[in-house]
Amino acid sequence: MSDTNGKPKVAFFDFASCEGCQLTVVDSLQTHLDLLEAVEIVQFREAMTEKGEDYQIAFIEGSCTRESDEERLFTIRDQADLVVALGACAHTGCVNALKNIQPSLDDVREYVYGDKAEWYDTYPARPISAVIDVDAVIPGCPIDREEFVKVVKNVLLGKKPGIPDYPVCVECKLKENVCLLLEGKPCLGPITRAGCDAICPTYGDGCEGCRGLIPEPNENAMKDVLDEAGLTVKEIMSRMTMFNAYYGSTQSPGSTAVTQEGQGSA
Amino acid sequence: MSTLNVNVHHVTRVEGHGNIVVDAHNGDIKECRFEVVEAPRFFEAFVRGRPYTELNHITSRICGICAVGHSTTSAMATEKALGVELTEQAQLLRKLNFHGETIDSHVLHTYYLVAPDFFGAGSVIPLIDVARPVVERALRIKKLSGDLCAMIGGRHTHPCALVVGGFSHTPTEDELRAMRERLVAARADMDASVELFASLDWPKFERETEYVSLTKDDEYAFVGGRIKTTDGFEYPLEDYKQVTNETLVPFSSAKWTSHNRESYMVGALARFNNNFDQLHPRAKDAAKAFGMEPIVTNPFLNTAAQVVEMVHCVEDAIEIIDELLERGVDPEEPAVADVKAGEGVGSCDVPRGILFHHYAYDEEGYCKDANCIIPTNQNMANLNHDMQELVPQIIDKPQDEVRLTLEMLVRAYDPCISCSAHFLTVEFV
Repeated sequence: MSDTNGKPKVAFFDFASCEGCQLTVVDSLQTHLDLLEAVEIVQFREAMTEKGEDYQIAFIEGSCTRESDEERLFTIRDQADLVVALGACAHTGCVNALKNIQPSLDDVREYVYGDKAEWYDTYPARPISAVIDVDAVIPGCPIDREEFVKVVKNVLLGKKPGIPDYPVCVECKLKENVCLLLEGKPCLGPITRAGCDAICPTYGDGCEGCRGLIPEPNENAMKDVLDEAGLTVKEIMSRMTMFNAYYGSTQSPGSTAVTQEGQGSA
Repeated sequence: MSTLNVNVHHVTRVEGHGNIVVDAHNGDIKECRFEVVEAPRFFEAFVRGRPYTELNHITSRICGICAVGHSTTSAMATEKALGVELTEQAQLLRKLNFHGETIDSHVLHTYYLVAPDFFGAGSVIPLIDVARPVVERALRIKKLSGDLCAMIGGRHTHPCALVVGGFSHTPTEDELRAMRERLVAARADMDASVELFASLDWPKFERETEYVSLTKDDEYAFVGGRIKTTDGFEYPLEDYKQVTNETLVPFSSAKWTSHNRESYMVGALARFNNNFDQLHPRAKDAAKAFGMEPIVTNPFLNTAAQVVEMVHCVEDAIEIIDELLERGVDPEEPAVADVKAGEGVGSCDVPRGILFHHYAYDEEGYCKDANCIIPTNQNMANLNHDMQELVPQIIDKPQDEVRLTLEMLVRAYDPCISCSAHFLTVEFV
């Protein structure tokens, strides 16, 4: 670790999240131990004690959920040449944003902390792009191990990260899966960004939209398809918000500047 | 006497954000505590209004390490509330999936997070140069356990195929046979792990406390059962609040718990102390190598108990696969829920200890109330009491050594702080 040999210095940071994406990073070493020869990791609290503040590439997991998070995000942005949103919490707000669509945040705090609610600072959960500029995103809850390795390779080569802008259906078809919607099972594959190798439909569970939506998704057509599959309006709205509550019903994550920057040419 | 001021902001190599604060002057300890400073995420509040089909997939996102544990416990609570019965095959697969996660979590904690302390290293990365075969062994075990989870749930972190009523996907008999071969081959890695960790110089510190875990009549309990404590108490799962008795403390976003004493401990050591007799013979041999016999009261040996459990889980996973193959594996659909209003408690002994999920549903199957009690919360009070007893014993040592010992104590508990920052005071109506 001491001899850097001009290797790019990389740091990992976490905000409100389950830290499962950083664990996926650790797990990527099982098959790509050589990644450690391409970069120097100077900060990764979950896995190491050393704490360097001199880094060029910052991977950020987690959503911004309180004012005190913002200062840390600004500091990281100031230091890093390249900021990568690691996983759905940082990219879209993930399930953290489900609290945003509860009737009131005061009620949310009181429900969990009772009369001590004021001890716990919180505001509506936001993707980090709502606070700082983000150069690339690795979508998913959790991230896909192979996509992480691919994005890192592209970033190190100075190329665009190259995440897909086509829907999960494309990957699902390539796997020759029987369409779950035809079996009457709810699936957001037609409007969700691919890159996960359609893992959920492949394992018999319809897509929940964790990677965010494709650019210009046809959400009304999606709702019609779910209606035909037998879902009630309430069930349809629930499925549409499960991982995409931050964007509400009018604005999709695919339409934000961040995702477009991070899209690449794939 | 010396002045001691230890302030570790964001302890590393633990899951989540926590601080150690010790302030002592002339032997007088003013402050000595572990603070949880994780951003609260409010899961219990925001699952309200969500349909029962989503609950275990949402609450899985509480934790990336014990996602299978949360998902299984959550599905169990929903299944109780809606009266869903699992097939025997689904129950076996739930246990097998759980073993995968227990091995995965324990290898992460023992090799990646704890071992560097004994080699004077800041992480596992420098160990690649000095002890490459050891690191490669850790990666091998991690891959095996991750693949075991993925074979059943689709992936380890946030298993998509684990749904209310069972699984949306069934592994093939060929996959099970191939996995069995790898598990048998992993015995060598288990033996080497026991040898390595038994050779380490574990800090000497004893403090008696109450140990709380699940228990079952016929097996070393991980999934369901009854609550048992080393102070001689047993409760059905539905009575969990009689054990947890939560209270809030101002410096921690994790609530404290206590039962028969001022605090209790959960996790591998608690399971070991309560259910030692049901460990696989190979795991009992491993315990012998560590010189451990219940009741073990050194919290640092929680890590050793995890190594013992890894051995047990590998052996039990082999036996479960044998049972599945003997029965014959049917690709089956998950059991269908009869949607109605209801309330249910689920409990599993996840890698870090006993976990409870408790839900109430309305007549359309939408969640009305939710409560999750996390192992790390239950350990917070006990960890703090350990620190308060340990600090006077080591107060005259150099400050760096005190700091390292306290960090090692925190790590021994394997805290999962992301998990801990969720709890509530809601009374079910």
